Amino acid sequence: MATIQALVPRMRDICGAGNVIIDPLELRTYECDGLTSHRCVPALVVLPGSAAEVAEVVALCARAGVPFVARGSGTGLSGGALPHESGVLIVMSRMRAIVEIDPVSRRAVVEPGVTNLAVSKAAAPFGLFYAPDPSSQVVCSVGGNVAENSGGAHCLKNGFTVHHVTGLEIVTPSGELTWLGDGTGVTTGYDLLGAFTGSEGTLGIVTKIVVKLMPVPEVVHLLLVAYSSTAEGGRAVSDIIAAGVLPAAIEMMDALAIEAAEEAVHCNYPAGAGAVLLVELDGPAAEVEAELSTVRALCEAAGATEIQAADDPAERAGIWAGRKSAFAAVGRISPAYIVQDGVVPRTSLGAVLARIAELSAEAGIRVANVFHAGDGNLHPLVLYDDSVPGQAEAAEKVSGAILDACLEHGGSITGEHGVGVDKSRYMPRMFGADDLDTMQLVRCAFDPAGLCNPGKIFPTPRLCGEVPGHRRAPHPAVVAGQAEIFLHGYRTGLGSRGPPGARRRLPVAHRWYCRRRGAGS
Amino acid sequence: MPGADGLVPSFVATPSSTAEVSALLREAAAAGLAVVPRGAGTGLAWGAPPSRCDLVVDLRSMDQVVEHEAGDLVARVQAGATIGQLAAAFGSGSGSGQQLALDVPAEATVGGVVATGTAGPRRFRYGAPRDLLIGITVVRADGVVAQAGGKVVKNVAGYDLGKLFAGSQGTLGVITEVAFRLHPLPAAVAWVTAEFGPAERAGAVTAVAAAAGSPLVPSAVELDWPGGSQRPLRIGVLLEGTGPGVAERSRQMSELLAAPGGITSIAETAPARWGVLPSSVTVVRVSFWVSSLGPVLDAVAAAGADTGVRPAVSGPAGAGALYACLDPGTADEDAVRFMTALRERVAGALESGGPRGGVTVLTAPPAVLAACRDGTVPGLALMRAVKDQFDPDHRMFPGRFGGGG
Repeated sequence: MATIQALVPRMRDICGAGNVIIDPLELRTYECDGLTSHRCVPALVVLPGSAAEVAEVVALCARAGVPFVARGSGTGLSGGALPHESGVLIVMSRMRAIVEIDPVSRRAVVEPGVTNLAVSKAAAPFGLFYAPDPSSQVVCSVGGNVAENSGGAHCLKNGFTVHHVTGLEIVTPSGELTWLGDGTGVTTGYDLLGAFTGSEGTLGIVTKIVVKLMPVPEVVHLLLVAYSSTAEGGRAVSDIIAAGVLPAAIEMMDALAIEAAEEAVHCNYPAGAGAVLLVELDGPAAEVEAELSTVRALCEAAGATEIQAADDPAERAGIWAGRKSAFAAVGRISPAYIVQDGVVPRTSLGAVLARIAELSAEAGIRVANVFHAGDGNLHPLVLYDDSVPGQAEAAEKVSGAILDACLEHGGSITGEHGVGVDKSRYMPRMFGADDLDTMQLVRCAFDPAGLCNPGKIFPTPRLCGEVPGHRRAPHPAVVAGQAEIFLHGYRTGLGSRGPPGARRRLPVAHRWYCRRRGAGS
Repeated sequence: MPGADGLVPSFVATPSSTAEVSALLREAAAAGLAVVPRGAGTGLAWGAPPSRCDLVVDLRSMDQVVEHEAGDLVARVQAGATIGQLAAAFGSGSGSGQQLALDVPAEATVGGVVATGTAGPRRFRYGAPRDLLIGITVVRADGVVAQAGGKVVKNVAGYDLGKLFAGSQGTLGVITEVAFRLHPLPAAVAWVTAEFGPAERAGAVTAVAAAAGSPLVPSAVELDWPGGSQRPLRIGVLLEGTGPGVAERSRQMSELLAAPGGITSIAETAPARWGVLPSSVTVVRVSFWVSSLGPVLDAVAAAGADTGVRPAVSGPAGAGALYACLDPGTADEDAVRFMTALRERVAGALESGGPRGGVTVLTAPPAVLAACRDGTVPGLALMRAVKDQFDPDHRMFPGRFGGGG
């Protein structure tokens, strides 16, 4: 701590006195991101206003050997921006300029604090939009999107952040400003731009982003299809994909998720449905009309009990509100819940949903299912009552078992929320020691000192005095019998699980939603 | 000749599994051998030749389609499988009607395509191999086998090593298996072409931007300019979709291209030279923001006029890239003079304030390559650090990595 205090005057010189936070109460407001179960008060918070300031801040940290963590809007759901207790939290929210929009090239240059939706709003007058659309897009930052390689409901057709970023200006963990990528999308040499995107803030800090913009589709159609079960809905999804139709989005919600959404936003989904499917088709009018009739027929053949079509933007927004509110809405039907994020091959959706139902029944823990059915990305919401002893632990167990089920079917432990601190302990279930060791080579190339967002993604033990990173031999402390490596254990060695009730606090992204509803819009 | 570019290797190995590649690379590491991985050899001669070559690892015996689940639109294949094999396994004749959406030669291996980052005209819509790759298995220089990604289309667990190995040209390790995201084969395709006279270069530039920015969802927007300011330019736009949809979109696209003065036609087969470079002896890639296409074409013409070299220019202009191919008979010193002039002219044409593209020599005779190395590639210091971590002894395809070593 003494070291950190010594940095304060210099930090004030760099960022301005008003942009360096040392007051304990103010520091506390940065103790967590959207995953409120992990909390850690940073030693110092700085809010740089330019790339040059970020570079100076990082260089200062690097010279002093002080860890640093970058934070965007704080909407992440895996604790990727969890501060370090003896480190500097670098908050990017002052860097929110849209530097340039070139409609002919379909490119925008933005600073990292710009919100995702602000890019599309700025591009709209030119008939363009920014495709990645995470549910938190109103508040989440583009810099955070780059760190997490964010997707969204429409990534089924349009891809993820990594497919839409063509240049990054970054500050390396040693404090140097450099560009990755030539801004066009063409790669010369190693694709460091691709490797950096989705590295969860562990390879450096983004200070400028060149993104692709896409032409707004000529037409958009949304179908809301009701089924008596998720199995029937799942069959419709497979049939649509097998027919060679690639919708912009295919989302599914089960009965419990529908109930919650209905209670929260009165979205008027068909009463009594066991599952609803949202299928959005977009593109040239000449193609979409034909696709629409194909999809409608396939949905009917799979046993649809009701189909509603929404063509105008207001109707579509009404239907999407039910889906986008789902995470926050379960707060109305359960005192506490865990948002899980796992992926399975599309063809395993039915089997994994059945397994989730089994796990839920065995444990007596309710699970609401909301998912991106088109790409197999499940978001089971594990509901529990933290006032009942043992329920939090039981819910945690169900949540972990769901990830195991995903892995058994060849899936992934995270489709879009990231590993962060929350899932680093699951990494050894998905990857072997050699795989993780090889990933550490990349870390060592960018951040040999291990100061940039340490303790995230990888389950490496944090031994005293150790520089995290690649090792070719066992750690000296292990050889000496002084330490044990918990590679396959459950320790993240970081932060701490907050009290179970902490989960009741809505993540920032969802608080926005509640406010908007409260305002009557 | 199984080696590469005149060097005769001491050993050529044809492993049939990832485990065998691992064992080979452990031996090579112990003996300090320089290793050159190869597939079908279609891209082997592109770029700098190896400076040393003791062991060639020929991956053509690893040619299995490991897994293809049609409902998942995903395939897992060994690195030595050819693009033609994939088409047979899940293309139009197979009943699946799916494709790996890259325009690359049928004889090329998937490992080679990924390692070289090769894509064709449809890069405009589907991207390069890095964009379709969802999982990878590699063997490191020290023989350690590592996997990253998986076989699901959406996955953010761990670092994406696939991105790093795609385009790494065998300099970081050997790719032994990959998983790809597939796309449905379209029911119908059409090419809309527009010819512009030599004096109508500005019209062609307008047409490229209009096509690329239109909501008609073209799959490719190509420019073909056989060279010299006196030759006409051709814009080619590929549309994919349903029969009636493609017919209607072709008509609309034709109008769009005719507006700035193009003489248009619609065909169900590809125009001449589609996705084919006139020569692969000396090829320079110019990348740019599409709004700079006009100044870039001017720069190419001016560099040609300055040096008396007349390159044929073609490529995915709508995606911000063009290839300038020099006549195979071009003298080395003329090629170097042209490259130098082109770099200067293009740098002047591209706005500053951040990278807006640049000039990269993709392949050329060794003397030309050596004279045209570019030390200004963004992130070069980090690339060197990555190379040093993965291949500390610089034994993987020595000489090929542009950053030296």
